[in-house]
Amino acid sequence: MKKIIAFGILILFSSLLMAQTPSAEEILNKIDENMVFDQAISKSKMIIHGRIGDRTIESKSWSKGNDLAMVEYLSPPREAGTKMLKTADKLWIYTPEPTDRIITISGHLLRQSVMGSDLSYEDITDNSSMIESYNAEILGTETIRDRECWVLELTAKKDDISYYSRKIWVDTERLLPLKEERFAKSGKLLKKTEILEVFKQDGRWYPRHMIFKDMLSRGKGTEYFIESIDFNVDIPEYKFTKAALRR
Amino acid sequence: MLAIKLAYRNLIGAGLRTWLNVLVLSFSFLIIIWNRGIINGWDRQARNDTKNQEIGGGQYWHENYDPYDPFTLADAHGIIHEKLQEKTNYAPVLITQATIYPGGRVQSILLKGIEPDQKILTIPTESLKSDIEEIPVMLGSRMAENNKLKIGDFVTVRWRDANGTFDAADAQVVHIFKTDVPTIDNGQMWVPLQRLQKMMQMDGEATLVVVNQEITSAPDLPHWVFKDHDILLKDFAELIKMKYVGGYIMWFILLLLAWIAIFDTQVLSIFRRQKEIGTDIALGMTRGQVIRLFTVEGAMHGILAAILAAIYGGPLLYLQAVKGMSMPEGTDDMGIAIAETIYPYYSVGLVVVTALIVLITTTIVSFLPTRRISKMNPTDAIRGKIQ
Repeated sequence: MKKIIAFGILILFSSLLMAQTPSAEEILNKIDENMVFDQAISKSKMIIHGRIGDRTIESKSWSKGNDLAMVEYLSPPREAGTKMLKTADKLWIYTPEPTDRIITISGHLLRQSVMGSDLSYEDITDNSSMIESYNAEILGTETIRDRECWVLELTAKKDDISYYSRKIWVDTERLLPLKEERFAKSGKLLKKTEILEVFKQDGRWYPRHMIFKDMLSRGKGTEYFIESIDFNVDIPEYKFTKAALRR
Repeated sequence: MLAIKLAYRNLIGAGLRTWLNVLVLSFSFLIIIWNRGIINGWDRQARNDTKNQEIGGGQYWHENYDPYDPFTLADAHGIIHEKLQEKTNYAPVLITQATIYPGGRVQSILLKGIEPDQKILTIPTESLKSDIEEIPVMLGSRMAENNKLKIGDFVTVRWRDANGTFDAADAQVVHIFKTDVPTIDNGQMWVPLQRLQKMMQMDGEATLVVVNQEITSAPDLPHWVFKDHDILLKDFAELIKMKYVGGYIMWFILLLLAWIAIFDTQVLSIFRRQKEIGTDIALGMTRGQVIRLFTVEGAMHGILAAILAAIYGGPLLYLQAVKGMSMPEGTDDMGIAIAETIYPYYSVGLVVVTALIVLITTTIVSFLPTRRISKMNPTDAIRGKIQ
């Protein structure tokens, strides 16, 4: 009789727990609400930990949806004034005087690392929705840096997704993926991302300090800091034209 | 005939002065032939190696393929045309971009898929016949050296399939080949065609198809464009042309030295032999005959130089044509097709044309100072008055 009661309590407890845990799709939706924006202007800093030392690059970005992005490097002085414009699957890089040149980058080159970092041009301008790209399954819960997280396994919904599968550790309260592993189709771990610090702005949680690591290379990873971000902006269309690169 | 006899006697009589001029001229003559022979030999070897190892009798390129524009690679593939399916005459190659991580370093490369049992190209593709779980890869010695890879080493390869999804797997180096053609070596890895097609989800597709050298016709095919040797070797032909131009400058400098020596000798002869010129005219020779005598004397330097060059240079050139000339270490890293040892190629045409150039130019240079003779007063000349 005691066993039946204990089993009943267990079932009841599990049901309550399940009722508290949103579905995987709901979690992805919540992540998108935090991470995906219509328009934003941000300032960021990237510290590349290389084999021969660290390099710091500061930049300002203008983004609109997932297709349009403009990035301007502010420092170091050697890179200052360099701009990147991304539209759909093409990217242009403008280098200021004395070269004053615009080069086009597309296809495979979009996957190349940005200035020796662990981020590709695609990664740096990515603003895609998780719910549109992935099917998700909750694997369980784990604690990451004292924050309780749901562990989700994501599998690509479409054929043209860069990473076939991902594993993410989502903060149960703030709905941000505090840790993420990106896998190749073969199951090989390609990239690891961790969010080390977050902040709240305009009702959404957003990463302040992240670290990216290309798991196939010997590098020590790249730190990424969002110094400021403004979601309530209306960026004019001309900002995402080639002509704007030289302005 | 008299002019030739006299000229010969005068030349031999001049002794060391003549032989120094002849030696300088013969040296120029020899260097011109040697230099040209080396470039000819390089050209022949490189063309043969490139045909045998890379381009065969020409290539059919997918209509979107442009080797100078890596952006085109993602779209430069298609189902191999049925007329290009015959394995004895056509070798399809699928090309895609990928990244390797030798020792944790990131390196962009081209993955090239080729049938292991193809016989169109002489590269050792049969070594790709392997049943290992990893991707069997074959690479050139420069690529292996640059990335510190040896046979049996494993390296992680990352690529994107036809849909753009990342994939990665370990590859094992099954063979390293030595080649004089850097365009099949630098920054690339060769894998079995079917394996690459599967990796890329491009079954039955290729980027280009190499044609057997024995095939003489190349019909027009939809979506495939035939590129003949003239197009495929255009860059190399231009490089060789540039080398020839560089050679011309060197020849000109060498010949200029010889011309100056001959010109100087002629001026000196005319100045010192004024009495002889006056006597010749007084004895009935016309000014034209005297000019001819002096011009033949000068031109004969060229003939003697050719004979001298043949005596000491012939065996030297022959020896080098047989033994070849070793290229300095690192020459093959310059990105151009060049053998470790170049065997110079001297054609009869090369020797005849060079000899004619030397003779004609020497004759002109010899003639120029003799025009002074026509202005000479024979009486003053006999007296030895400076004119």
